[in-house]
Amino acid sequence: MSVIIQLFISFFKIGAFSFGGGYAMLPLLEKELVEKHQWISTTDFIDILAISEMTPGPIAINSATFLGYNVAGILGAMVATFAVVLPSFIIITIIYKSINKFKSSPYVGWVFKGIRPVVLGLIGAAAITVGRTSFVDIKAVFIAILLFYLVSFKKINPILGIILAGVLGIILY
Amino acid sequence: MLWKMFITFFKIGAFTFGGGFAMIPIIKKEVVEKKNWIKDEDFIDIISIAQSSPGPIAVNSSIYVGYKIKGFSGAICSGLGTIMPSFLIILIIAKFFSGFSNNIIIEKIFMGIRPAVVALIISAIYGLVKNSQFNNLQLSLAVATALTIVFLDINPIYMIILGVIISITINKIRNKKTIDK
Repeated sequence: MSVIIQLFISFFKIGAFSFGGGYAMLPLLEKELVEKHQWISTTDFIDILAISEMTPGPIAINSATFLGYNVAGILGAMVATFAVVLPSFIIITIIYKSINKFKSSPYVGWVFKGIRPVVLGLIGAAAITVGRTSFVDIKAVFIAILLFYLVSFKKINPILGIILAGVLGIILY
Repeated sequence: MLWKMFITFFKIGAFTFGGGFAMIPIIKKEVVEKKNWIKDEDFIDIISIAQSSPGPIAVNSSIYVGYKIKGFSGAICSGLGTIMPSFLIILIIAKFFSGFSNNIIIEKIFMGIRPAVVALIISAIYGLVKNSQFNNLQLSLAVATALTIVFLDINPIYMIILGVIISITINKIRNKKTIDK
């Protein structure tokens, strides 16, 4: 039972402090799941991330369901998914009910101005952490550079990119 | 109506790959253009709110759209509809994956995919830096955040709070100066 409560608390925190889309919440996910509770290894964490990327839906939901299931079965998946969206629900409810107050306050804009660079930093931290585990040899670095080029400059679909990387994995390893 | 909303958001959740941002144009098409549930200018407001609130942007915007159309029960229906497909699909994969992860071919595939994940994250950084003109102070805050989290093992939550405090302080001082003048 206690693991269910821990799952709830961890994913509630992740939901409440994940600004700016899926990648920015990775450092917090890693901190809670890999470091603090040691529910999964960094390698498994990256694999789950890759699977979330290839399946429909928001990455936060996908990884909550997957990790919840890995840690505590179906109940774990339900609790983690519920916990990760609960803060959204509460916060959007508050904003919806008091939208006019929010619009006129200068603080709201200042808060977001401060959060935006931190979000960029969080994504940077995610890149470093994931890179440290993923770059096992020079072939891995090659795959990453190729993929970055294709996704950022040739605008190929990221899912297609992941499939291509999987094929390269079979060929190179 | 509630059932219709659930089905619409279920479809949106089931067919959008590539995370929350990819869902926005599809939500717009369904809710604004096809069903006329929300006006165009309202939708733009909803997106900016969903984007600046914590949590997945797709979930935030569908909850807000739900509120606008049918109040609290609408919010629950559209929120559930968005989440449900991910939940079901991942549950099936999670069951299947645990029995498969020792397979040597699967392991090779993931050896290729892991560095690809790094590339996708760096692409996101590249896009952010290119599109949102950060000043030097903001860029240094970003770099400091990344380094302290990775190397000093600071909790990311503290860095978010710190960023907010710095921004409010600086803007307050600036505001005061303009008023004094």
